[in-house]
Amino acid sequence: MIKEIALIIVSVVFVNNFVLAKFLGLCPFLGVSQKTSAAMGMGVAVTFVMTLSSAITWIVYNFILLPGDANIIAKVFPSIRELGLVEVLKTISYILVIATLVQLVEMMLRKMVPALYESLGIYLPLITTNCAVLGVALLNTTDAPKHMGFLQATVQGFGAGIGFTVAMLLMSGIRERLALVNIPQPLRGIPIAFICTGLMALAFFGFSGMVQ
Amino acid sequence: MAEQNNLKEFTKGIVQYNPLFVLVLGLCPSLAVTTSVKNGLAMGGAATFVLVCSNFIVSMVRPFIPREIRIPCFIVIIAAFVTMVELLMKAYLPPELNASLGIFIPLIVVNCIIMYRAESFAYKNKPVVSILDGAGLGLGWTLSLCLVSAIREVLGAGTIFGLKVSESYQPASVMIMAPGAFIVLGLLLGLFNWRKLRRSEKSMKAYIKHD
Repeated sequence: MIKEIALIIVSVVFVNNFVLAKFLGLCPFLGVSQKTSAAMGMGVAVTFVMTLSSAITWIVYNFILLPGDANIIAKVFPSIRELGLVEVLKTISYILVIATLVQLVEMMLRKMVPALYESLGIYLPLITTNCAVLGVALLNTTDAPKHMGFLQATVQGFGAGIGFTVAMLLMSGIRERLALVNIPQPLRGIPIAFICTGLMALAFFGFSGMVQ
Repeated sequence: MAEQNNLKEFTKGIVQYNPLFVLVLGLCPSLAVTTSVKNGLAMGGAATFVLVCSNFIVSMVRPFIPREIRIPCFIVIIAAFVTMVELLMKAYLPPELNASLGIFIPLIVVNCIIMYRAESFAYKNKPVVSILDGAGLGLGWTLSLCLVSAIREVLGAGTIFGLKVSESYQPASVMIMAPGAFIVLGLLLGLFNWRKLRRSEKSMKAYIKHD
């Protein structure tokens, strides 16, 4: 059990890092990685939302969308038992779960940790449109190679958030130094950040093959 | 006059407001699916369809959407069209193409370009111009996806549209993997910046001479 959980975390943080190997969550990765403190805050917020949304979307998938006896809606509309709602409702239901959750986190942070709320600013509501959050929900449920349990899905969500935070922190460290370097004018800003990300992705290739 | 304005709404999306190279939006799919020109075209087409439809519907219903809840409304409209496009693609396109686009078709929901146009254009403009705006930006994005994927496919697989480019070329497969994507896009963005800088320099020189 513990071995399995450790494997999922290592796999999703290093081998299949969401930012560097799967191209998910690039907008906040480039937008908030200029300062290490902001990168850390964003990483924590994303990890929190990802873990919770993985858990909730797993429940939605298994008890509302999948066909079968466990489906709650099938108790009212029997035709759902055979057909299920996966194809038709997965995108809408997942994005609504995530949007609601982000709103909730925003309200909680504003009440409980105002300093973090201030420093995240505009990026907090933008977590809704962070494709890594929806991406991990899809990879846990509809696009998983084999059916995942509740714990595995939640751990994968948590690990993906940690992987995102690790990539953000590394990138912000590099960019804080890049700000002091004389870079050719046209490459300043986003282009050089992309090239650095490419080199980081190349370095993370070293982990491939460690976990299947 | 009105026709000219309409034409302008359409063409501005291709170069002046190019979503990928000027606005730098929609990065995730631009990197993930551009391993071959075919994938780039399919992704661009799907996103353009969603962009045009969502712009149209948002501009139609904008008098009925209160400002406070506009974002959730946009998301539901966009998600409905994404579901449609996903089902259509599953029905009519070859399965291997669907497999290579994978989760990036449902992820069109969180594509910033579509949300950005809904919020900053369609919510403030009439249906016809909104359709043109969506079509123009969609076309601009599709073209830039084709450019990125053409470079990556030629360098990384030695083919274009699945046809071999040269017998003697040994493909560098790193170009179709993650690092190649980041580096190609970084250099292309640098190229666009260089062009912009040179232009502003030129106009500055002309201005000084004129003085």
